[in-house]
Amino acid sequence: MAEPVLEVKGLSFRYIQHHDQQGDSEAISNVSLRILRGEWVALLGRNGSGKSTLAKLLAGILSPHGGEILLHGEPLDMDHSRRSDLPIGIITHHPDDHMIGTTVQDDIAFGLENRNIPYDEMKHRVEEVLERFKLSPYRHHDPSRLSSGLKQLAAIAGVLALKPSLIILDEALTMLDTRSKLEMIDTLRQLQVSEAITILSITHDMNEAAAADRLFIMESGTITASGTPDAIFKLYQELEPPLGESLRRCLLHKGRKVPSKYMTEEEVVDWLCTSPSKTLRQITS
Amino acid sequence: MHITLEDVAADYKLGPIRHADVLVHVQAVFRDKALTAVIGHTGSGKTSLLKVLTGLITPTQGRIRVGDIMVDAQDYSASHHKAIRKKMGLVFQYPETQLFAETVEKDIIFGPMNLGVPEQEAKEQARELAIKVGLDPKLLAASPFSLSNGQRRRVAIAGILAMKPDILMLDEPAAGLDPAGRKDILSLIMNWHREHQLTTILVTQDIDEAACYADEMIVMSEGTVVMQADTREVLSDPELLRAYNLESPRVRVLQEKIEYRAGIKLPRVCITIEELASALIEAGLV
Repeated sequence: MAEPVLEVKGLSFRYIQHHDQQGDSEAISNVSLRILRGEWVALLGRNGSGKSTLAKLLAGILSPHGGEILLHGEPLDMDHSRRSDLPIGIITHHPDDHMIGTTVQDDIAFGLENRNIPYDEMKHRVEEVLERFKLSPYRHHDPSRLSSGLKQLAAIAGVLALKPSLIILDEALTMLDTRSKLEMIDTLRQLQVSEAITILSITHDMNEAAAADRLFIMESGTITASGTPDAIFKLYQELEPPLGESLRRCLLHKGRKVPSKYMTEEEVVDWLCTSPSKTLRQITS
Repeated sequence: MHITLEDVAADYKLGPIRHADVLVHVQAVFRDKALTAVIGHTGSGKTSLLKVLTGLITPTQGRIRVGDIMVDAQDYSASHHKAIRKKMGLVFQYPETQLFAETVEKDIIFGPMNLGVPEQEAKEQARELAIKVGLDPKLLAASPFSLSNGQRRRVAIAGILAMKPDILMLDEPAAGLDPAGRKDILSLIMNWHREHQLTTILVTQDIDEAACYADEMIVMSEGTVVMQADTREVLSDPELLRAYNLESPRVRVLQEKIEYRAGIKLPRVCITIEELASALIEAGLV
């Protein structure tokens, strides 16, 4: 497959609470991972397992105490937060953190302006994302007065307008209702294919995680497992699997004959609606 | 304890002349001993409904009846509202941010002691409550600020339960917790509700959660109650929910998808995967 966009080697970090306090535990300890171009990976773990800290380290909001981060094979300066052209975009679950402009379109243009993008190009990109996220009707609205869901969309649009090579979604879809969430997952999938953007999403939502190509499990500051959704949900029985797989397991539990492999929602629906018993029932009825 | 709202309206003052209507013509009934979920889009007036019930905002119109006490906006009596308020325990959104005492124990006994419960008795109760809400009693001596978010939230809930409310109200009690944490908090509330037959009002944006736990649902939109019925009845009409900007619970969406593709109609609304699997088996689809 493609070359790695991001490589992390032996990364560690600790929050220092008091200069005299002993035994601050490591929030991130010896984390190594590699994300390929055009890949969608999801990071799962309980509250406090270090997911957001890792995201902040990658995005340059925090500086690691050990290890290195390579972007396109180049090691990042530990002061990389100062490099304004860093092609990593991060979106958190507090959309208010992202809002600066007085209107939605100004807000989206803010990042572009700061990167010295020529005016025509900037205009073009703003229009493009407004269109893509159906935000055109809100372009002149004050972002702080939008609903949380729309704010979140505007925040995502603002980051995508910068065309980052990696976007980090730190529970960025939690504010969206189910339908907008599914639409957003679809949009991201399209972007993944058409523009080869690379996505790292941190989530508690297993249906969102199931959209990823690969999952990482984080526990107490380290990555304890990685693999396809299929493999991870098989390995970690305590994780509540996405709906499709839940239904398959439940039917299996009830003694029904079901395919023995992991199934996505679409696969389960397909299987249910084309299984022989169904055809038989239709014939007999 | 039975609660009725008749044609209640309320607004927030934005200045001497301007005001924003937050509740208009609210008609609702919270059945005695039932767990009622209040659902609705952001800004639909869910939290304002709790505030008007507890007297944090004053109604400008209509009547609120709680048991045999009545608050009438036309003939407003602050003492009546206060009497109602004493029957209610309200757990705010992110209640862990409101802890203030030096120790967990002091935080839990603060409410009851203000109601005149002797210190010793309040302490014994705090200990029992701590166990009930799943806190290690050793933590009673700890500072609430040294605890994790999930634990802090339990402390806040224990603090409300310690006042022995007749009606328990919770505003998004599971927000911001991971899936395991959410389940823990909600089953804690559910168990308490069942064990004490406590009238409970659960405000949530999460329709999946509401579907799993509530006996009845109140749907709010633009400051008013647009639907009130038994949970399954509310969920039986996805089109109507969509009209109020609400999505059906996920299992229900999956059910619709299967029904559409297979060209069948399952006999009932399924809320859990377990129910859906049974219904599919009964329908002969597997």
